[in-house]
Amino acid sequence: MTDSTRAVTHDYIPGFYIGDRPQVVTSRFEYEDSYTLERFLATDGYKGLEKCLAGTPAQMHEEVKVSTVLGRGGAGFPAGVKWGFTPAGVWPRYLVVNGDESEPGTYKDRLLMERDPHQLIEGCLIACYAAGLSQCFLYVRGEMALAQERIATALNEAYAAGYVGTNILGTDFSVDIVLHWGAGAYVVGEETALIESLEGERGMPRLKPPFFPAAVGLYGKPTIVNNVETLANLPFVALNGSVAYTAIGTATSPGTRMVAVSGHVKRPGVFEIVNGSTTFRDIIYGEEFSQGIRDDNDLKAFVPGGGSAPWFLPDQLDVPFEGREAGTAGSMLGSGAVMVMDSTTDIPAAALTLTKFYAHESCGKCTPCREGGTWLMRLLERVVAGHGTDADLAQMLEVGQTICPGEMPHASSERLGLEAVPFPYKMTTICFVGPSAWAPLHSALTLFPEEFAARVTPAPKRISIPVTALAAAGADQ
Amino acid sequence: MTDVVDDTTASAPEPEPDPDAVAVTLNGTAISARKGELVIAAAERHGAPIPHFCYHPRMTPVGMCRQCLVEVDTGRGMQLQPSCMITVSPDMVIDTESPTAKRAQEGMIELLLANHPLDCPVCDKGGECPLQDQAYAHGPGESRFVEEKRHYEKPIPISDLVLLDRERCILCDRCTRFADEIAGDKLIHFTQRGNETQVMTFPDEPFASYFSGNTVQICPVGALTAEPYRFKARPWDLDQRESTCTTCAVGCRTVVQSSRDELLRYQGVDSDPVNHGWLCDRGRFNFEAVNSAERIADPLVRTAAGLEPTRWNGALGAAASLINDALAKGGPSSIAILGGARGTNEDAFAWGQLADAIDTPYRDAQLGDGLPIEVLGLKRATIDDAANAATVVLLGPDLKEELPVLYLRLRDAAVSGRSKLVEFSAVDTGLSRHAWRSIRHEPGTQHDAVAGAVADEAIAEQLAAGDVVIVTGRQSLAESTDATVAALQRLLDAVPDATVLPALRRGNVVGALSLGMAPTGYDAIDAMTEAAAGTIDVLVLVGADPLNDFPDVELARDALTGARHIISVDTHLSESTQLADVVLAAAAYGEKAGTTTNLEGRVTTVAHQVTATGTARPDWMIAVELASLLGDHGFGDGHPLAEVTTVDDVTDAIVATAPLFPGVTRAALAASPDGVMTLQPAAALPDVAVSVPARNRYDYRLTVSRTLYDRAVGTAMSPSLAGLAPGSAAHVNPLDLAGIGVDDGTIVQLISAKATVSMPVVGNVRVPRGVVWAPFNQRTERGGHIEDIIDAGATAIDVRIERS
Amino acid sequence: MSRLSDHNVVIAREIIARYPKPKSALIPLVHLSQEQNGYVTTEAMKHIAELIGVTPAEVYGTATFYEMFKFEPVGKYVVNVCGTMSCALLGAGELLHHAEEKLGVKAGGTTDDGLITLMPAECQAACTEAPCLQVNYRFRYRMTTSDLDALIDDLRAGRLDGEIPPHGTLGRTRQTIPDDRAVGAVHPDDVTTGPAWIPMEQDR
Repeated sequence: MTDSTRAVTHDYIPGFYIGDRPQVVTSRFEYEDSYTLERFLATDGYKGLEKCLAGTPAQMHEEVKVSTVLGRGGAGFPAGVKWGFTPAGVWPRYLVVNGDESEPGTYKDRLLMERDPHQLIEGCLIACYAAGLSQCFLYVRGEMALAQERIATALNEAYAAGYVGTNILGTDFSVDIVLHWGAGAYVVGEETALIESLEGERGMPRLKPPFFPAAVGLYGKPTIVNNVETLANLPFVALNGSVAYTAIGTATSPGTRMVAVSGHVKRPGVFEIVNGSTTFRDIIYGEEFSQGIRDDNDLKAFVPGGGSAPWFLPDQLDVPFEGREAGTAGSMLGSGAVMVMDSTTDIPAAALTLTKFYAHESCGKCTPCREGGTWLMRLLERVVAGHGTDADLAQMLEVGQTICPGEMPHASSERLGLEAVPFPYKMTTICFVGPSAWAPLHSALTLFPEEFAARVTPAPKRISIPVTALAAAGADQ
Repeated sequence: MTDVVDDTTASAPEPEPDPDAVAVTLNGTAISARKGELVIAAAERHGAPIPHFCYHPRMTPVGMCRQCLVEVDTGRGMQLQPSCMITVSPDMVIDTESPTAKRAQEGMIELLLANHPLDCPVCDKGGECPLQDQAYAHGPGESRFVEEKRHYEKPIPISDLVLLDRERCILCDRCTRFADEIAGDKLIHFTQRGNETQVMTFPDEPFASYFSGNTVQICPVGALTAEPYRFKARPWDLDQRESTCTTCAVGCRTVVQSSRDELLRYQGVDSDPVNHGWLCDRGRFNFEAVNSAERIADPLVRTAAGLEPTRWNGALGAAASLINDALAKGGPSSIAILGGARGTNEDAFAWGQLADAIDTPYRDAQLGDGLPIEVLGLKRATIDDAANAATVVLLGPDLKEELPVLYLRLRDAAVSGRSKLVEFSAVDTGLSRHAWRSIRHEPGTQHDAVAGAVADEAIAEQLAAGDVVIVTGRQSLAESTDATVAALQRLLDAVPDATVLPALRRGNVVGALSLGMAPTGYDAIDAMTEAAAGTIDVLVLVGADPLNDFPDVELARDALTGARHIISVDTHLSESTQLADVVLAAAAYGEKAGTTTNLEGRVTTVAHQVTATGTARPDWMIAVELASLLGDHGFGDGHPLAEVTTVDDVTDAIVATAPLFPGVTRAALAASPDGVMTLQPAAALPDVAVSVPARNRYDYRLTVSRTLYDRAVGTAMSPSLAGLAPGSAAHVNPLDLAGIGVDDGTIVQLISAKATVSMPVVGNVRVPRGVVWAPFNQRTERGGHIEDIIDAGATAIDVRIERS
Repeated sequence: MSRLSDHNVVIAREIIARYPKPKSALIPLVHLSQEQNGYVTTEAMKHIAELIGVTPAEVYGTATFYEMFKFEPVGKYVVNVCGTMSCALLGAGELLHHAEEKLGVKAGGTTDDGLITLMPAECQAACTEAPCLQVNYRFRYRMTTSDLDALIDDLRAGRLDGEIPPHGTLGRTRQTIPDDRAVGAVHPDDVTTGPAWIPMEQDR
């Protein structure tokens, strides 16, 4: 370890590095008691709400629209526009906060919930006021006991102090924020599955379209689902205005975003970075970020945007850390998570950890994901264990093709003479869990074919059971 | 399509474009789809069926199996879409056969087969299995899945009737969706997650649904199998005919399947106006009773040694001489004919004609357990009318117990928000939790409850808000029909435009009442009373079992003892038949052709699928043959039934002579499998003055009604169903148990003015305080039957309940 | 008693009341029962079904979807060792193997004394702190094998009793909404007009 931040107690700010950059959502992180109401109020807390309530809901909504606060959950859709999708005249409308952070590599929402719960609560209130949302459900991932505890405490404080509940700050703005917590299912991070789960159901995604949650969501009513980090941006926007907000970052991606860099870097950590100000090289090698590869090894590959994302090679280090650019280069920024693999990495084994994750986290609804994800995992397990054949590799491609028909996005490789195939992929499933089991494996197979070839033997001539013959045995009348 | 140019249309104005038509392109051809239609349905309707497993036209699409992916262009280029989840839109381009679509479909089949055992040769579904068919048509030639497949204990019984093989299951959500959406019995559910997802019940709660058999029928693989059919036949060995279930009066369309001349399975047929493909388990599995060893194979006559088989000539001769003697000695009023509601229209018509010929004043197709015949003369509603009405008023029995598929239709109407249900009931029914207003009243006081309800502002507003259909039948067998008739009259006074769907139960009761077996002045209670008084010489029971079906069993016993002779036309030796002097062996359901009339007045066909047991004959034939032996009292020359030799002749005779059946020709029936409606009579309800005694506060007011499973022959003689009857018990509100001083399960005495019976007491939250509900016609381990307490003359019955 | 205790029924009713539809309380209530009993019992699921007006099969169907619910007894401490990418890259496999040896159980098993259940786990959202693990969902970051040894020794010695409650308890503070501040659940069918702070003319 290169610094003194090695931490084993739970309430330290693990691995978070402030740096010398604008702070929109992490401004209180430097305080040990950042999660208390006292500290919050001493540092402009609920001032944004006060300002917001002094104006009309439409004004606040407009402010958020003009600020172009992009969704931080992965899809990057502007929050102000999303709020506008609720059909006119249909009531009630709900706010559901997506705090079910669980994309491999991602670590930011939990920090925001543990370190600054009041900021999130203030963001929720601003959203409810602006978009006319009558009740808020704050869904925290089940495994985050500390975040639940901090939010519960913060909510209790905020209710007692008049910031949440009836007639907030003496106005006719009244809204309850209900802390809800999950029980362990990655897929619930998908917004329709989140709604199902909040209704007490199995967290299986609903098909959309025809119905997006903004039109038909919780209990069939218009529902805004916003990510924790997205909402945490709102107090800044409300307090400082859109001009101050858009002064940070780029025109298309204003503000900052939280990025977690993990894996084989010298200084793994979470950074609040200014949108559009960095490349992947900056983030991985920059002195104020992760400071290079451990043991000064070579970089082999990295995951640019959470476990679901196709992989990048050193070839892509100079790609700007920006959604559109990452897409053109063959992947996505997703939830702001970079996972770095150095030259010692066993690529098939690394891919297996992700394929296994998504196969395990399949909800079971769509056939390609339920059956295909597990099949991919089994094939890959066999290859990693050294028992695979070239037929197994061919079968991976077949199964992958059933999950993601057509050309699969991937990065360019000068070494292999590969051109990039831009994001996104096509898919036969409702949500992204199925393709996510395939994407890392596809990247690994495409960008490191020799590592797989070295692991497998030629397939023996297989005696297979002809399905049609069996069917004929049954159906022959 | 015709190429002939019609001059008259050439100059006529352009026909109005169909506002519901949507022009789309399907596989390169322009077609006209319907507004709101799913792509999968439009494609199928236009000859391009898309393979699918989870999609079922009667349930909400879930887009789960992904088998129905096709390429669709809605203006943004071709995209793979699940055709069960998207509706057609103007100018949509659909390609179900593109290489991309085909690759996706083939890929899906491969994945579905990955964990599916290849046990088709020993699987009940083999030969009629959608997965097998799809694999054969679209699947890969060989399995590339060399991994270990999923393994589960199999098969496991999930109810008394249904077994589950989780290895075969492809997780299409059909059975679970059915249990949730259609039946409302959420007793099976997906459990676990991902690759380990499986359908299961709660650990100690079986899938005890009245509709469980439907899940077996709609399972697209062999995961769900029904105990009564397992390993009995291969689909290609089955002969089948379309028919109508006559277990109750809903008249669900079915196919009746047999092999080697034995009934083996009934499957629901999707009749849009009636059953939507569903059947209740009683109707689905009671074919076992037809095959029962207890069937009466030959006619029987009573000798010193008891009932002995004989030849038809002898039996018919004996029956004819009993009737002739009675006519000679006591005249027509010494003969009573009861029943006819369990057979076909032809059966009822022939017996009605015989009753006319004999000129008996005592005939009835109901056994004191229905409503006055005049309810059939009210403006009649169809099932569709009810299921689409703004308001459905329920004034009758628990439909889930008595007319199960009507319950499904009305449940759907309520759950989907189409209809508001206003229920009047003494106890909670299957529909109570779906009712907009469920009004509890003390048994026998529904007329007061109705009077109160129509005066309620909100209810009055609802009743004025659109079509109102009143579903009415006999709520309790422990009270006379007066309160119900008075309540119905009050409803009709308040909502004169309301239509009425009679919730009468027995399979062809409406047909029988419409074809000559309706009382002509005296009903079954009168006939039983006369018989008990000793004025009846010959009591003819046509498929009637008063000892099990007549509510006042004491009166029934006295009547069967008091009647000097009994002629029984029946399929099984019921308790009543065992007292007969002559038993004429009747062909059962499936053993005879004909038609039946459901509670709407809808006539459909009943198929003759297997040879009758022994020498049993259809009821109509027995009537005709008996008439031929009655001389002047038979069918004379020129009588419409004088010359009949086949059932078709009888059907034609009905068309020719029955006033309500002029359009119900064989040709019309053949052209319309969903049936042909009869004309409807017009009648006014009888005036009734209801006076119900006040209940002493230490007493409990009794209400008695049927449950789906009871001691009726069709259930009792079907081994798979016989054990499902709940058994005798006195159900009271759990809070009343303490007042009585007993625990759940204690044997108590029910003491009425008439009799004392003992049975276990059950605490049941569905029963209000001060009321005791007992299921009718149940087997009992010890003590008496609730029927002993029922008094045919009482408007209400109060009992004391004491620890035995 | 594996039904919810009277005390917990009071909490359960409070939780149910916060939601427009009772079934939304299903997962929190199953957690509550797990907090009470250490795992999810058949009787508790039936009790929850009664409380929220669904069938036991619905409770079971939902509960088994989620990994945190255990349907057999587990140890007082459930140790979840993450094995997803970032942790795997930094030695999670070794850590799990070491834990197996130290505890004398295979992953998925419970020590004979019933104290510790060792589970392989998926990403816990602490990737920068890899390899990480959770004890009853309390994080331990950047674990070495010696850290693990120390942790297990601490658990066995009861030194973490104050910090880590027994399996089933998540956040130790519950949300309580004071009656005089509560807006109450907003039922989807009972509300037809916009909220008080949105004048109708301002809605699009």
